[in-house]
Amino acid sequence: MESVTRYVKSLFLWELLKGLGVTGRYLFARKITVQYPEEKTPLSNRFRGLHALRRYPNGEERCIACKLCEAVCPALAITIESEPRADGTRRTTRYDIDLFKCIYCGFCEESCPVDSIVETKEFEYTFEKRGENIMTKEMLLAMGDKYEEQLAADRLEDAPYR
Amino acid sequence: MNLELAIFYFFAAMLVGAATLVVTIRNPVHAALFLVLAFFASAGVWLLLEAEFLAVTLVLVYVGAVMVLFLFVVMMLDINLVPLKEGFARYLPVGALVALVLIVEIALAVGPERFGLEMYTDPVARDADYSNTKELGRVLYTTYVYPFEIAAVILVVAIIAAIAITLREKRQTKYVQPEQQVSVTRKGRVRMVNMPAEKKKK
Amino acid sequence: MFDLMREALSFLPQDLVTVLVIISKITIIATPILLSVAYITLLERKVIGYMQVRIGPNRVGPRGLLQPIADGLKLIMKETIIPTKANRVLFILAPVLTFIPAITAFAVVPFDYEMYLSDVDASLLFILAITSMGVYGIIIAGWASNSKYAFLGALRSAAQIVSYEIAMGFALVGVLIAAGSLNLIDIVRAQEGSMLHWYWIPLFPLFVIYYLSGVAETNRAPFDVAEGESEIVAGFHVEYSAMTFSIFFLGEYTAMILISLLTAIMFMGGWLSPFQGIPMLEEMFAFVPGIVWLLAKAFIFLFLFIWFRATYPRYRYDQIMRLGWKVFIPITIVWLLVVGVALLVDLGPWFD
Repeated sequence: MESVTRYVKSLFLWELLKGLGVTGRYLFARKITVQYPEEKTPLSNRFRGLHALRRYPNGEERCIACKLCEAVCPALAITIESEPRADGTRRTTRYDIDLFKCIYCGFCEESCPVDSIVETKEFEYTFEKRGENIMTKEMLLAMGDKYEEQLAADRLEDAPYR
Repeated sequence: MNLELAIFYFFAAMLVGAATLVVTIRNPVHAALFLVLAFFASAGVWLLLEAEFLAVTLVLVYVGAVMVLFLFVVMMLDINLVPLKEGFARYLPVGALVALVLIVEIALAVGPERFGLEMYTDPVARDADYSNTKELGRVLYTTYVYPFEIAAVILVVAIIAAIAITLREKRQTKYVQPEQQVSVTRKGRVRMVNMPAEKKKK
Repeated sequence: MFDLMREALSFLPQDLVTVLVIISKITIIATPILLSVAYITLLERKVIGYMQVRIGPNRVGPRGLLQPIADGLKLIMKETIIPTKANRVLFILAPVLTFIPAITAFAVVPFDYEMYLSDVDASLLFILAITSMGVYGIIIAGWASNSKYAFLGALRSAAQIVSYEIAMGFALVGVLIAAGSLNLIDIVRAQEGSMLHWYWIPLFPLFVIYYLSGVAETNRAPFDVAEGESEIVAGFHVEYSAMTFSIFFLGEYTAMILISLLTAIMFMGGWLSPFQGIPMLEEMFAFVPGIVWLLAKAFIFLFLFIWFRATYPRYRYDQIMRLGWKVFIPITIVWLLVVGVALLVDLGPWFD
């Protein structure tokens, strides 16, 4: 009996028709495409995009040149040189991140004792010339200034879990 | 010169040219393709003779099927022409003699005294609704029914023989019949076993 | 319209006028076909996209409507690359040889009782013969490219097309037994009456086999082993680029349109209205010209081509051959016997 039904089913292409039914149903299903440049998906507050160096509210840069980030970086993308400043505090003279090497793992952010190096939600960027892949200290600080509000809000939101 | 004549000369020139190239060209694939062109041109000439069934069948059978397989074989073979041409001069006299005999035979057989224009009346152009196919079918299945059926049987025997020759007893490949593959169900393959959980004794 | 043209050109020799009239008719048939090929590519991408819960091309023009034009422009602008050791003449000839048979077959396709390029008595055979020549383009392309993948693709597709042609031919034999004619116009005329008089009911297995063989014949999914992206890259047209490639494309889609039209003509009553014989509806839809019905029916089959492609995975090569030789051909032969018997006993309403 079972073999008979199987034979009839295969003769009338039953399973193939069922397959057509599935695709036919999806023809009218709601489309889930996101029209990227116009529409964007929401980003997590833990999103790891381009890097930034933050400052304290009084304008003093946070980074104390402890070089923990340089040590923890698995891709060796961070290069730091430091010197004592005129007021005796230790500050970086050079803070470069090579974006070609960086794997956006976020370890630098985790290791930072003063929440200085952070990753922003900025992910739409391009390089047109060689050398643009290196983010210097000035660029990083500028990024920090530009997104400070957002960065602070994201950190606050994440604070209960840390 | 009217249109029909122009078309006739076009196809005729194509037929003769292609047929010449079939035997003279060096590349076997090109030769096969020119043979296709020759079939096609002769189909065109037959169309002008109002023999549309024959013309279409020529294209369908020879161009559409036979020559495809022919081309298939010719393409797969890596024909080396040098050994084929060895001894050309040695065989030339014999070959020329055979060719001459053939030409004379053909000339005697289909010469003007048998197939000359004055032996036949001009063909009459039929009406547009005259069905060549129907006439052919009628003749084929009444007057010539036995030759026709015998030819068909011989062809079937040839097919069966060809298949029988290529059939091998043991297959080395692990081929599975698709209908068996499809009919596999979960029941035939998986057995659910219910076992009570055991505690490891120390 | 063509009488007017004849009158206006009466100062020219008679034969020349005939040629001019034929050429203008060809233009009228060929132009819409080429345009629809362009838009079928868009339809295909859109429909497959929708079935995969995406929206398909939508950037060029409103809702992506100008996409085919952009594609065409791109293909025209690109460089035609001929491989170093390829056979140049045959390499260029091959795409032409796939396209020409596909479009030549339209010479005998009737669009309405009085709407056709030529009324050939053996038009069914003519179409079978002409479409069987499409395989040459593929074989020659594979051979002339001097590439292993192209050659493998060509061999696969040639064997496949030759085998499915037999099943296709047998299915057509069923139609011509039922209609008693090789003429496509007479075949449609024989289906007059109502939707139930169409041949899809008495010849249902042949109808299915004809359409599926058509899918195999045009090398479309799920029978597209000739292209087989995963194992032989793109089959016979790996080496082709730019216009030569796009002509292969044109040929494939023209053949799709042809198969859809022929299925509609031979099994679905051609240009006959589906409401024929139904009292109220027949009068209501009497104003619709026959060609609209024909195109609507053909569109359904075209859509099925795309639907199949979105649904089924590719057949394995040996299974394609098994399906063609061991399933389709026996079924057609058995059904031919059934049709013969039905014809003998005048089984109504189709064979009386």
